[in-house]
Amino acid sequence: MKKLLIGNAALARGLYEAGVKVVSSYPGTPSTEITEFAAKYDEIYCEWAPNEKVATEVAFGASLGGARSACAMKHVGLNVAADPLFTLSYTGVRGGMVICVADDPAMHSSQNEQDSRHYAISAKVPMLEPADSSEAYSFAKAAFDISEKFDTPVMIRTCTRIAHCQSIVDIGERAERDLIPYEKQPAKYIMMPGYAKKKHPIVEERTKALTEFAENCEFNKVFFAENSDMGIVTSGTCYQYVKEVFGDSISVFKIGMINPMPIQALKDFANKVKRLIVVEELDPVIETHLRNIGLKPEGKSLFSNIGEFSQADIKKVLLDKSEENINTDTAIPNRPPVMCPGCPHRGIYYVLAKMKLTVLGDIGCYTLGATPPLNALDSTLCMGASVSGIHGFNKARGEDSQKNTVCVIGDSTFMHSGMTGLVNIAYNASNSVVIILDNSITGMTGHQQNPTTGYNIKGDPAAKVNLEELCHSLGINRVRVVDPYDLASCESAVKEELAADEPSVIISRRPCMLLKYVKAKPALKVDADKCRSCKSCMRLGCPAISIKDGKAVIDATQCAGCAVCKQLCKFDAIKEGV
Amino acid sequence: MKTVNIMIVGVGGQGSLLASKLLGHLLVKEGYDVKVSEVHGMSQRGGSVVTYVRFGDKVYSPLVSEGEADYIISFEKLEAARHLPMLKIGGQIIVNTQQIDPMPVITGAAEYPQDVLDEIKAKGVKVDAVDALSLAIEAGSVKAVNIVLIGRLSNYFDFDKQLWLQAIEETVAPKFAQMNKKAFLLGRGEK
Repeated sequence: MKKLLIGNAALARGLYEAGVKVVSSYPGTPSTEITEFAAKYDEIYCEWAPNEKVATEVAFGASLGGARSACAMKHVGLNVAADPLFTLSYTGVRGGMVICVADDPAMHSSQNEQDSRHYAISAKVPMLEPADSSEAYSFAKAAFDISEKFDTPVMIRTCTRIAHCQSIVDIGERAERDLIPYEKQPAKYIMMPGYAKKKHPIVEERTKALTEFAENCEFNKVFFAENSDMGIVTSGTCYQYVKEVFGDSISVFKIGMINPMPIQALKDFANKVKRLIVVEELDPVIETHLRNIGLKPEGKSLFSNIGEFSQADIKKVLLDKSEENINTDTAIPNRPPVMCPGCPHRGIYYVLAKMKLTVLGDIGCYTLGATPPLNALDSTLCMGASVSGIHGFNKARGEDSQKNTVCVIGDSTFMHSGMTGLVNIAYNASNSVVIILDNSITGMTGHQQNPTTGYNIKGDPAAKVNLEELCHSLGINRVRVVDPYDLASCESAVKEELAADEPSVIISRRPCMLLKYVKAKPALKVDADKCRSCKSCMRLGCPAISIKDGKAVIDATQCAGCAVCKQLCKFDAIKEGV
Repeated sequence: MKTVNIMIVGVGGQGSLLASKLLGHLLVKEGYDVKVSEVHGMSQRGGSVVTYVRFGDKVYSPLVSEGEADYIISFEKLEAARHLPMLKIGGQIIVNTQQIDPMPVITGAAEYPQDVLDEIKAKGVKVDAVDALSLAIEAGSVKAVNIVLIGRLSNYFDFDKQLWLQAIEETVAPKFAQMNKKAFLLGRGEK
């Protein structure tokens, strides 16, 4: 049956048909929908884990238990999962195991554009790279056979333009698989030095065997054109751009298994073309391999290692051609993403900005507090770094910074890797103020449940972590809850906690305005006669408020009725709606 | 046939994903090779969003590059201007005349170029401007702007009206089907 599927849905279908029993993941754009689609199949047990390390270890456990398993994450999530990954390479698997990782060249929704292919090479684990949804589906199925045949986890690498692009997939049926009986195998699964030393040579032998396999495997495809002037080695989405520009007019070696890459097959290809070119986004991974085997390709001497490509880049570089087009003479204002009207983060950020505090931030919707007019953040590094970072900042700067520095972290991010930082604050005693922005959901990735929401991935009731009790247990005595819609109480809470002589946690609690169960209140209205054009309300950066003819205006189609702006108006010009 | 390139542009949250889903659904049923490129995540929060739909006998790239778009469907005035360089010479713009101020305009750091559609027209670009917001409200929901614009787009293709209506039925939630069909017809210029 033919269906139009995004790469993530196709990958999930492949997992399903391969008989996967357990999928554990942490959401991260552009990988999130793999697990969301997998969760639609009742035959697969699916879950949101607190982070990618846990997810990968859950998948390992399921594999050890004899089931086919998978986990999915974004490129930076793989950093978190790197610890189990590198040693999983040594233990190998029982049931087939697949690690799906989605890169984000051009950083549509990420903090860096690292290239996950390095991980596969470094961990000595095979990696497949599909070029469209159809391959995402078929590679996902085939990955489990490789995993079991070569006794290794297998990685599948996609990028935004595979993960979030729809193309046609011809789907099949699920092949149900019996659990492989459990067998205690200490030498295989206990990686202490004595056993691990025996495993490393086996890993090296496996890479040799996989390289042999790569010479003729179904994942790599070679096309020879009649004209032998140019031959391009490429993979993934770049293959599509190359074909878009050249069709069948040049020779193409499409690599579907990015690690390990073949040797002889690539040498043979190179020998048959006059000019050997590598087209790959980000780092010169294929190019480096070709050089290592003695070939002399052109690659990053022609193409950038920054951002993503399109057919226009290929055309420009290799044919020196570009399409004619038209531009406006008027400057077009940017339209950066913003916090939504009624966003519970806005109120607390307003208070922090007003108090001119130094604010260490974290990863989520609330990173948008960094943008004008709030400009409320000082740093954003990675998941959890706000909590660990403020401790270091305060240790370095001492009492002065403790009185005017806070950090902010979302509920899901706190579960992911904020807790350990908080333990450090308590244990190593810094007078830090941690603000947990609890909007009762994982927001930025599109509303996934997490351990603090009380629901699981299927939306069924689940154990709910009590943040207040958790913070107490981690060693913090001062824990309080504020409503971010109430600016006065937010401000007094922050002032009191900054003045306190011990670490504290403020939980700024209100559910995301976009949650279905959250009902917007009637839109507020501006009494134009009372408005003195002071623009105090504009300091919130609410998309629903603008200035028309010198007076503030509230767009009724956007306003969520949060009434935070009303608290800023000194002239009582903003009225609650009815 | 030559691949047809459609861009759907707008402001995050305006429903461009549903518009591309509906288009893709119809085109696959009609036997075309189709690729649709979406962007999820951060830009969905009120930022400028772009979706590409490409169809033909064989489609490789999921992206549309500068000067390649046969049609740009813009859910907002300013976004049509922003993505004008993507339009093929001789291509068609379909634009909702709604104005949504971006944050730099709200904060006063930039000005909203009011006459930008006139400027585009003056350059000889084919612009089909429609007040999709009013038509969506007439159909029953401000959220139907996307389907109003799909209705407008349908005028440029030879597909039978029934195919479009059926595609709506097959892609939207049943309780919104009637309203969306009305929005489609209003966008198409029918009652």
